[in-house]
Amino acid sequence: MSAEAIAAAVRTGERTARDVIDEHLAAIAARDAELHVFNHLAADQARAEADAIDAAVARGEDPGPLAGVPVALKDNLCTRGVPTTCSSRILDRWRPPYTATVVEAVGAAGGIPIGKTNLDEFAMGSSTENSAFGPTRNPRDPARVPGGSSGGSAAAVAAGFAPLALGSDTGGSIRQPAAFCGVVGVKPTYGAVSRYGLIAFASSLDQVGPFAATVADAALLLDVIAGPDPADSTSVREAWTPVLPTLGEGVSGLRVGIVKELLDDIDADVLARVHGAADALAAAGAYVGEASVPAVRHGLAAYYLIAPAEASSNLARYDGVRYGLRVDGRDVADMNARTRDAGFGAEVKRRIMVGTYALSAGYYDAYYGQAQRVRTLVIRDFDAAYQDFDVLLSPTTPSTAFAFGEKTGDPLSMYLSDVCTTPTNLAGHPAMSVPFGTGANGMPVGVQVLAPALGESTMFRAAAVIEQAASSS
Amino acid sequence: MSEITRADVEHVAHLARMGLTTEEVTALAGELGSILEYAAQVSALDLADVPPTAHPLPLVNVLRPDEVRPSVDRDEVLAQAPATEDGRFRVPRIMAEES
Repeated sequence: MSAEAIAAAVRTGERTARDVIDEHLAAIAARDAELHVFNHLAADQARAEADAIDAAVARGEDPGPLAGVPVALKDNLCTRGVPTTCSSRILDRWRPPYTATVVEAVGAAGGIPIGKTNLDEFAMGSSTENSAFGPTRNPRDPARVPGGSSGGSAAAVAAGFAPLALGSDTGGSIRQPAAFCGVVGVKPTYGAVSRYGLIAFASSLDQVGPFAATVADAALLLDVIAGPDPADSTSVREAWTPVLPTLGEGVSGLRVGIVKELLDDIDADVLARVHGAADALAAAGAYVGEASVPAVRHGLAAYYLIAPAEASSNLARYDGVRYGLRVDGRDVADMNARTRDAGFGAEVKRRIMVGTYALSAGYYDAYYGQAQRVRTLVIRDFDAAYQDFDVLLSPTTPSTAFAFGEKTGDPLSMYLSDVCTTPTNLAGHPAMSVPFGTGANGMPVGVQVLAPALGESTMFRAAAVIEQAASSS
Repeated sequence: MSEITRADVEHVAHLARMGLTTEEVTALAGELGSILEYAAQVSALDLADVPPTAHPLPLVNVLRPDEVRPSVDRDEVLAQAPATEDGRFRVPRIMAEES
């Protein structure tokens, strides 16, 4: 049952929120031991909130557009009094003293947080294999990774544990797992959704966004979480224009550009689906052409300097002083170093080290400074492409979901799975992954729709057409 | 760019306050070398005329009215700390005691 249908039924009293929650908790009980989607399940709290929603409906009140809809939360979103770990030992048993704005928004709309989902530690990874608590398995084939870093949230929707989930996307961490698990995943425009209470990885790139089984459900959740937040100084100050009302307006006359630089080194089965999606858009009345965004060829390299540089600064706060793990030492500096050695996993250490190196005296200009200049080029090249096109199209990932252990031996090969998604974050633009059939191994293929800043309405219209073609082919 | 030595790794680890085992230092020397070799493609570009971008939004000095509002609860915050004393965070000694 879609989130839209659940909310409609709960609002009219046709179905109780309690029944909805119990049904999803039963699905979780049946399969989460195998999949490991959740780090923490908030079953009792969710049932209590469902009862409160049912009581409100009985009083004649409207709980809101997400009435009674279970929502899974990536475990890097702060929830007051509820464990929030970032899948890291360094935050094991930490209970935040405040709640993220997006989680408050979900609750205010009648949505029910059902649990905290697994991720690559501090959102650094593309498979959830970097979680300190063990990986999540792909519901479509448990021998394969669900993608990452928001692998738990993507799997929660794919497994039917929750119709909606929230994730965060710094270089593809919503879109890549959405593609691998066969669900819809959206990275909104930078600043469109509040980052207050999202535990920071790379602050100029991080953005919270929705997962859903359908494009319409993703629009429903995005409209709930988007908008200005006084608690986030980087949030866009203009009121959010909802995307759900214009979702069905089609793509007649829309100019769609396939990004030719993002077609290199892509598996043939994935490539075929991207061209299939382009054909579907053309059949629906769009003009489809070839777009060129040359600087995206250097996007991944720039990303893997900028993101670690920002992370090395953001993660300096995990020092064993104010919260989380502490390992005692002979003085403060020794305590800091021992705590960080014991608390961080290999990939987090690697990124902090790369970032610290890229920012250190003598290397700053050659690495971080140059990466910031590439970032300018990426923005310029996208801007030029959007003179000729309304939306752009590409694969979300170079391949379908890979097997466990396939890329863990070589960090760089794991990084390369983000090649199509990182340029969007550098530009601050929106992009989303829409499932469009399956690859040679039967695993889902995601097609990426990209748009200029605050171009979500157009992006969603194109996504809706692709979705419709996928279900009718 | 030059190869990453064990001494480089130890220097960066000190800057990052990152304790590392001998095995981790050895592994990181190789891994950082290959990651930075890949990233060095941006160093090779001629971008002298291109300004850097630090942030996607052109925001400067975002201000709000200076009003007194409730903030997070101090006791709730301190309850999460590894060690506290008299309403403050407690840490080990910062400098060696003078003899």
